[in-house]
Amino acid sequence: MVKMTYAEAAKLALAEEMRRDPLVWAIGEDLGRGGVFGQYLGLLDEFGPERISDAPISESAIMGASVGAAMAGTRPVVEMRFADFALCAVDELINQAAKARYMLGGQVKVPMVIREPMGMWRSSAAQHSQSLESWYTHIPGLVVAVPSTPADNRGLLKTAIRSDDPVVYLEHKNIWGYQGDVPEDETLIPFGKGRLEKEGDDITIVSWSAQMHIAANAATLLQAEGISAELIDLRTLWPWDRQMVFDSVGKTGRLLITHESVSVGGFGAEIAATVAEQLFSVLKSPITRCAAPRVPISYAPPLEAKIRVSSEQIVEAAKKSVAVSAGFK
Amino acid sequence: MIQPPNQNIDKDWFLEHHIMMHRIRAFEETAARANRDKLVLGAIHLSIGQEAIASGVCKNLMKEDFLLSTHRGHGHTLAKGADPEAMMLELLGRRGGICKGKGGSMHIADASVGMLGANGVVAANINIATGAAHAIKLKRESNISCCIFGDGAINRGPFLEGLNWSGVFNLPVLFVCENNGFASTTRTDAMTSGEGAAPRARSMGITATEVDGNDIVSVDEITREYIANIRNGNGPHLISFNTYRLHGHTASDPASYRPAAEVEAAWKEDPIERCSELLSRLGISREILNEHRKIALEEMDRVYKTAKEAPWPSDDNAFSDVQDVGDPREGAF
Repeated sequence: MVKMTYAEAAKLALAEEMRRDPLVWAIGEDLGRGGVFGQYLGLLDEFGPERISDAPISESAIMGASVGAAMAGTRPVVEMRFADFALCAVDELINQAAKARYMLGGQVKVPMVIREPMGMWRSSAAQHSQSLESWYTHIPGLVVAVPSTPADNRGLLKTAIRSDDPVVYLEHKNIWGYQGDVPEDETLIPFGKGRLEKEGDDITIVSWSAQMHIAANAATLLQAEGISAELIDLRTLWPWDRQMVFDSVGKTGRLLITHESVSVGGFGAEIAATVAEQLFSVLKSPITRCAAPRVPISYAPPLEAKIRVSSEQIVEAAKKSVAVSAGFK
Repeated sequence: MIQPPNQNIDKDWFLEHHIMMHRIRAFEETAARANRDKLVLGAIHLSIGQEAIASGVCKNLMKEDFLLSTHRGHGHTLAKGADPEAMMLELLGRRGGICKGKGGSMHIADASVGMLGANGVVAANINIATGAAHAIKLKRESNISCCIFGDGAINRGPFLEGLNWSGVFNLPVLFVCENNGFASTTRTDAMTSGEGAAPRARSMGITATEVDGNDIVSVDEITREYIANIRNGNGPHLISFNTYRLHGHTASDPASYRPAAEVEAAWKEDPIERCSELLSRLGISREILNEHRKIALEEMDRVYKTAKEAPWPSDDNAFSDVQDVGDPREGAF
């Protein structure tokens, strides 16, 4: 194992894949100087300006040209800078990238990775802070990845680059500097396989991306109070590891889902509905969601904090869920 | 408007154009018939009157060159070398359709001849064609990319973003604007500030010109010249062809928003008739030229008959070609 940050792990994955396959290239604003968050630092020296390519501030062309370049046999890694800016290229992603393979009856594929740094970070307010992962899960044709650790960021990005389909790859800005162990050999992480962050018997907590770390802290706090939480990091939302969630809820009988994004229409709702459909008879208490209120993200830290789901809130919700037991059904 | 006979013109080359233009016209007329017969399922957009652009541009492309087209793309697809039977099967949504019955008219494509798709979103193909050219450059290949779009597309963002991109990266791409006078059912000039596609392209440093799109000789010549420039590494070029959409926006649009006299006058500039006139002056008999239409109509009759008799695609096609991972039926019925 090697210690590295979440950002370094992604950079390593991209460099490894670019060395392996000359058809892999990265395109986005400011990549030559290392990217807005330094996640491309040094790559220009090794791969040159054609493969670590700067782009004009033309999100629709960055996305749309990458669709064409993918159809024509290359593997673009598209940097959107902020997930929010990808909204300038919605047609190119949703109407073109996600649908070309199907509309053309399988005549073409669109192997591209769309990197969208997301989430709340340093008072960035409403246009630089959103977490829109649930939108993308609604679109047939897209893969949606939401890594939370350096090891997963490396393994999932490599899988994404090798994918023959467009992958919306959402890295969380608040954990670029988060350090963790990364395997020395190049371990590819398959889509649709969750990771068991912590085993437990009393309640299943499902999360992803940076929120997973907040949930992990909550699980530690719960342990101190004698509640054993099992924590699942889904890692990808489409496809998502239904079996891992089913197995866990089958054991604990309780489910809490927490995500940074807005609760209404969030992916937590999909998980809750699926578990309710499949495992109604084993549930010992109502399924709980801990997610954001439906307001734009604020600028001032105390206001921004009101939108964040804290470990303490997760602890309270989990305790409430565990307190309801045999009475529910 | 008819050009004087030019004895240097390669008659055989233009006879081939004449045949292709008639095939496109016959395909469109047959598609319109299928639409009236209620066998074409969704909207179709006919390119009647614009055949010289399809034939003149595509004949100068190689099979390896990419082509991206519009919702009005039957003619381009046919001229790029696609099989009209597989196209008609697609329009009718039948088994054997070129997109397996999943795309229909607006997503017609034949990747085996480099035709990477018509598009249901105006101007969306500009960025895609630009990106295909970007891939050619990265792979150090010698083919080019060609993007045909309508005059309406020049008022969408991708026209600015894609053309700027193609210039910044000096890409091998030919932009072709078919200026047929109408953006959907609204006159383009009423909704366009300035002088149109070519001056806008030139403002971004892209070589551009405006040409009579109903004159097959002019279309052929300018396309050949520009493609040679592009193949020589001289970057993107744009041609804006002036033409007229002789039918409505869709096959079921009577286009009553324009005076009959205007359409009548436009029919006098029919690109096929102009090509016939030219060939006739060059000594080709009218019998031979008329035969081209007859043969084309017979071909498309056969194609239509085959398509009408074909079964629907098998149900499993609804769930295939989505993506490699995940179960498309998850959570559904």
